[in-house]
Amino acid sequence: MSQTFFFKKRVRSLVIFCVVALICFASSVMTQFDLSQGIAAIPKAIVWGFSSFYPTADSFVYLSEIWVKMQETLLVSIAAAATAAIFAFVFAVFGSRITKVNGFIAMLSRAFANLSRNIDVSVWSIVLLLTFGQTPITGFFALFIASFGFLTRAFMETIDESGTDPVEALKATGAGYVPTIFQAVVPSSISQIMSWILFMIETNIRAATLVGILTGSGIGYIFDLYYKRMDYHTASLVVIVIVISILLIEQISNYIRRAML
Amino acid sequence: MTTLLEMKNVSKKYGNGTVALSDVSFSVNEGEFVSVIGPSGAGKSTLLRCINQMIQATDGEIIFDDVNVMGFKGRALRQMRTKMGMIFQNYNLVERLSVIENVLHGRLGYKSMLAGSLGLFTDDEKRQAYRLLEKLGLKEQIYRRCDQLSGGQKQRVGIARALIQNPKLMLCDEPIASLDPSSSKTIMDHLKDISDSLKITVLINLHQVDVAMNYADRIIGVSKGSIVFNGVPSELTNDNIKAIYGSDAEKLMINVEDQGRMKAAEK
Repeated sequence: MSQTFFFKKRVRSLVIFCVVALICFASSVMTQFDLSQGIAAIPKAIVWGFSSFYPTADSFVYLSEIWVKMQETLLVSIAAAATAAIFAFVFAVFGSRITKVNGFIAMLSRAFANLSRNIDVSVWSIVLLLTFGQTPITGFFALFIASFGFLTRAFMETIDESGTDPVEALKATGAGYVPTIFQAVVPSSISQIMSWILFMIETNIRAATLVGILTGSGIGYIFDLYYKRMDYHTASLVVIVIVISILLIEQISNYIRRAML
Repeated sequence: MTTLLEMKNVSKKYGNGTVALSDVSFSVNEGEFVSVIGPSGAGKSTLLRCINQMIQATDGEIIFDDVNVMGFKGRALRQMRTKMGMIFQNYNLVERLSVIENVLHGRLGYKSMLAGSLGLFTDDEKRQAYRLLEKLGLKEQIYRRCDQLSGGQKQRVGIARALIQNPKLMLCDEPIASLDPSSSKTIMDHLKDISDSLKITVLINLHQVDVAMNYADRIIGVSKGSIVFNGVPSELTNDNIKAIYGSDAEKLMINVEDQGRMKAAEK
């Protein structure tokens, strides 16, 4: 009997593997994608990168200009994540299984969060561009909406996970709804919530480049500008500034995470 | 002796047709120490939670302190809950807060929304929390964060949080299920002391039949959502155990008749 059990398991794994392989093969045929060609192109890309995509002394003239835009992008990313977090917390409390007021409001807030999360930040950028035009505000709103959706979902799971037991205990003491939120839900989930906000800030800075290209603001815009001017040296300097900023922010948020534990 | 709690034909049915409790009736006197035993899934936890209405019973009457509290909502429900302390198998503390903050949570039922949310407690309440912690042997840990405590210490914090409510009834949902034997004994001794010296009624769910027999004034046996035994420990026979747990006492490594005789002889 145990023989057939293991045999069945092995057959199942084999079938799953074959199906995945088939999907890969079929989709590359349909899109005329050739893996070998793709791999063969890598050395050429590296050669190009080293021969022209590096900053020269001339491009450093633009450094202060780039830095101004980078600052703008960093601030917009942080502001979007922080503002989104406030709204997301309220929605998460209403949507969480353990702190919901009633089923209907919970469903509504979940649906709202899903809508803003499942539409990508790039789509939001283009949609908002039509309303607000080429300003940093457009970038802010695009990042805000995407962050809001993601954070609501993350907070909801955090509350469900870490708040269930204390919420039950406080309800049993006769505590009201609002005190239960502030005395049980907030303290038991705050460190996780802060961690998610820091993660969101990092994600936003990465996404801000793309959002900037699409909405014509921030660091993404300036990269796009130099790139299209075929000033690859300055464009590469922009990339270096972005990478350094992201590494810096990561270091800072790691430090905050450690300090909070 | 006055009756503190009376359950009359209480039932709990779920929407999908599952019956968690069917027609449960029993009463508990003031100051009594009553233990509820039964296999996992028999409805012990549901029974306890129907009393403070963390779970809403579907039928029956729950008379607490001469008032039918069945179907209480809002302020009335919260006022009723302040008179019932509850302790849990998983302690249910806010782990990131200090011991004393967790104890003071027991006063939230008496607070306004604003004072409760901001955690504004009076000096009297803080002194009372200190006294309780001192009595439970946690004086050293008072400002320690709860995630640094051992299981037995956490459960004592849970007891302090329940006691600061000035309850008439303590509902204990398997308080020693996750504890080692020595911490279990400490917790059971504290609960017994609460019932003896403070005259607080204790209703406790237990897995350990021997512990129930040692401590309880009365044992209620639950099986499949119904009460199959209700009497003093010395009346509990191996047949009763079979009715509660559905298998022979020897197989369960319990011999209640010996234990009952021993306990009767002690008295």
